[in-house]
Amino acid sequence: MLQNAPMQDTLAAQARPVMRLSGITKTFPGVKALSDVALELYPGQVTALVGENGAGKSTIVKVLTGIYQADAGRIEIDGVARRFATAQDATRAGITAIHQETVLFDELSVAENIFIGHAPRTRFGLIDWLKMRQRAAEILERIGANFDPQVPLKDLGIANKHLVAIARALSVDARVVIMDEPTASLSQTEIEELYELVERLKSEDRAVLFISHKFDEVFRIADRYAVFRDGQHVGAGLIPDIGEDDLVRMMVGRPVDQVFPKSRHEVGDILLRVRGYSHPTEFDDIDFDLRIGEIIGFYGLVGAGRSELMQAIFGITRPSAGSIEIDGQAISIRSPNDATRAGIVYVPEDRGKQGTVIGLPIFQNVTLPSLERTSHAGFLQLANEFSLARDYTERLDLRAASLDQDVGTLSGGNQQKVVIAKWLATKPRVIILDEPTKGIDIGSKAAVHAFMSQLAAQGLAVIMVSSEIPEILGMSDRVVVMREGLIAAQLSGKDVTPESLVRHAAGIGAAA
Amino acid sequence: MTASLKSRESLLIAVIVALLLIIASRFPAFIERGSLIGVFNDTSPLIILAIGQALVILTRCIDLSVAANLALTGMVCAMLNVAFPGLPVAVILLVALCLGAIMGAINGVLVWKLSIPPIVVTLGTMTIFRGVIFLISDGEWVNAHEMSATFTGFPRSELLGLPMLSWIAILVALLFFLIVARTPLGRAFYAVGGNPNAAVYTGLNVGRTQFLAFVISGTLAGLTGYLWVARYSVAYVDIAGGFELEVVAACVIGGISIAGGAGTVLGAILGALFLGIIKNALPVVGISPFWQLAISGSAIVVAVAFNARSQRSKGRIILKRAEATT
Repeated sequence: MLQNAPMQDTLAAQARPVMRLSGITKTFPGVKALSDVALELYPGQVTALVGENGAGKSTIVKVLTGIYQADAGRIEIDGVARRFATAQDATRAGITAIHQETVLFDELSVAENIFIGHAPRTRFGLIDWLKMRQRAAEILERIGANFDPQVPLKDLGIANKHLVAIARALSVDARVVIMDEPTASLSQTEIEELYELVERLKSEDRAVLFISHKFDEVFRIADRYAVFRDGQHVGAGLIPDIGEDDLVRMMVGRPVDQVFPKSRHEVGDILLRVRGYSHPTEFDDIDFDLRIGEIIGFYGLVGAGRSELMQAIFGITRPSAGSIEIDGQAISIRSPNDATRAGIVYVPEDRGKQGTVIGLPIFQNVTLPSLERTSHAGFLQLANEFSLARDYTERLDLRAASLDQDVGTLSGGNQQKVVIAKWLATKPRVIILDEPTKGIDIGSKAAVHAFMSQLAAQGLAVIMVSSEIPEILGMSDRVVVMREGLIAAQLSGKDVTPESLVRHAAGIGAAA
Repeated sequence: MTASLKSRESLLIAVIVALLLIIASRFPAFIERGSLIGVFNDTSPLIILAIGQALVILTRCIDLSVAANLALTGMVCAMLNVAFPGLPVAVILLVALCLGAIMGAINGVLVWKLSIPPIVVTLGTMTIFRGVIFLISDGEWVNAHEMSATFTGFPRSELLGLPMLSWIAILVALLFFLIVARTPLGRAFYAVGGNPNAAVYTGLNVGRTQFLAFVISGTLAGLTGYLWVARYSVAYVDIAGGFELEVVAACVIGGISIAGGAGTVLGAILGALFLGIIKNALPVVGISPFWQLAISGSAIVVAVAFNARSQRSKGRIILKRAEATT
């Protein structure tokens, strides 16, 4: 699989991989997350793993750390095949991961966090606190962290929490250190400190797997690269042998095998006008317009602030500055109720957490925001609710035995339809769909896409937040790309290409 | 609401009927009309409180202050009666309802505006309410001979052969059947407890809904306060001590999920009746009161285990035939 790696290079010729994965396949119900994937990690070298959202990067990390077990394939350490049945097996084999959100314990001290699970013991089998503190202090000093191992973790900032996670990796003498987007939430100086740490890990001959969306850092600290796309391994090699453009092409280059039912119709006047929308920590100075009948795609990396912006527009959070107009009328949105009344609705990304109320039947989920309309003199009218729910679920082709059944018994795609039906029943003018097809099967995806086109054709304005490039390309009239809380670009027509989207989202300089 | 919960209620009814039959097989007098009315009347305060508690638990909260609220309201009513013997019962009832509502509102505001966990809030107010009783009464009792005949007579007065206390419980039950099943507020209790996040996205005010549940629970506790003191013709600091746990137990046995969002008013009533029958029957059967506690306790554990079982996920519906049968 690693045919791209030129073996004449001295680095590669000297080193033998400490860890080698081959033929790794992992299937979830309905989704093949990894298919025949290979990966090699070398001592004293940083391998950057790049790929779009959903390429299988997080899944391979979970396989490496024993959280998931691969359905097929081979994991070798120093040429010996190993199986990780649990996360502890992987730790014992010398593999540690520093996750996107560090998995540490806020209420425990730094030393306890470093040694949890393998604390030094006294003769009597009790925890040797003195030794634990001493060793924690040693490790912290080694990585240049200047805080007391006895302070509770919650008193530290994110960057220092990362240092604790790294100290933890060193305390078990990890040979392989996996960093899953470690810089996503760090400031610039903190990132520099992290780079120094990575250099130190390299000099100690540890293998580092560095997962990142940011190309500048990949080219800065990585020695090797590996590219995943749609759960498949598409290439690997040495960083000096590849340019940014090639890497982007490998990431996004895919055959277009989906047909999107995008209807072509004229868009109308400006319906929604957002100006200068800002939030103290999440996004700043957002301007965009949305026209009647238009589908506007919001693209960006995870954490670019797209969902946060939409939540503010829907009134879940309050912006610190900025204005919203509908039909040229300034409106103030302080709660989801205000937004719904103004005709703006939001279908959240996380159906389970934010969408459906499990335990309530389907029809009651649909009518929850419309009870004012279906009730009479303050009393619920079940017959009205049923007919309203039937109207909208039928339009969405919901597959359910009865509208009286618990919404929790439906499949993910059908639950998504219930959530969309719920909002359509409020007769909105602007509908915000956050990752509308994430985690649902192909058939349901097509139904959601078809419905989206139909809505736009009927004069609704649609905002679609999506991290899937084909969906953005196939469905949007216009694309807003966000990066780190700011609008990086507004693209339309021929300017919308996979390459331009990735460039703007990842912040690769001098984009065309 | 759903089929599984309906079956929970029918199961409870079956258990209650079986319990009555077993007792009747040895002590037929227990299921005579007068005796059953006595049991229902005895259980009425528990039923009224359990209905309020059920709403609070539905919204993922708990109200441990109901018994203290009851005792404080009861003491205030008794002292009012002593001070103004001529005060009509209607006024006393109004005072009881309002005072209870105010105490419930205190709980609700603390939960809503300060986001303090409900168990902490109501544990605190429980102690405070009991302390206030001591302050206003100086620890003195208000005894039967100090109360007026109309004051103590109201809950015992009979209408169509049923004491007023029982009628009030029935009235409260009917009112809340209606509110829960047929008003947007009733629906909101389920939505807020079932998925607070989704409720926020739907435009429901989670804190306000929980506040209203506390106000209802408090109001019902206040109502029960007057009825309790009048029925037993005595008011002192410790009346109904520990009763809040019996109220919570009735809800749990009745299938109200402590995790919120699941259960029915009917379930809570049946849970209360179940406890009431055991409490009344065991002395008849000749079992010591200590066994009563053990039996009530076991019933709670069994009920919780049953709740946990029924809530365990049955897995996703992937098979077509499975989808058809649900």
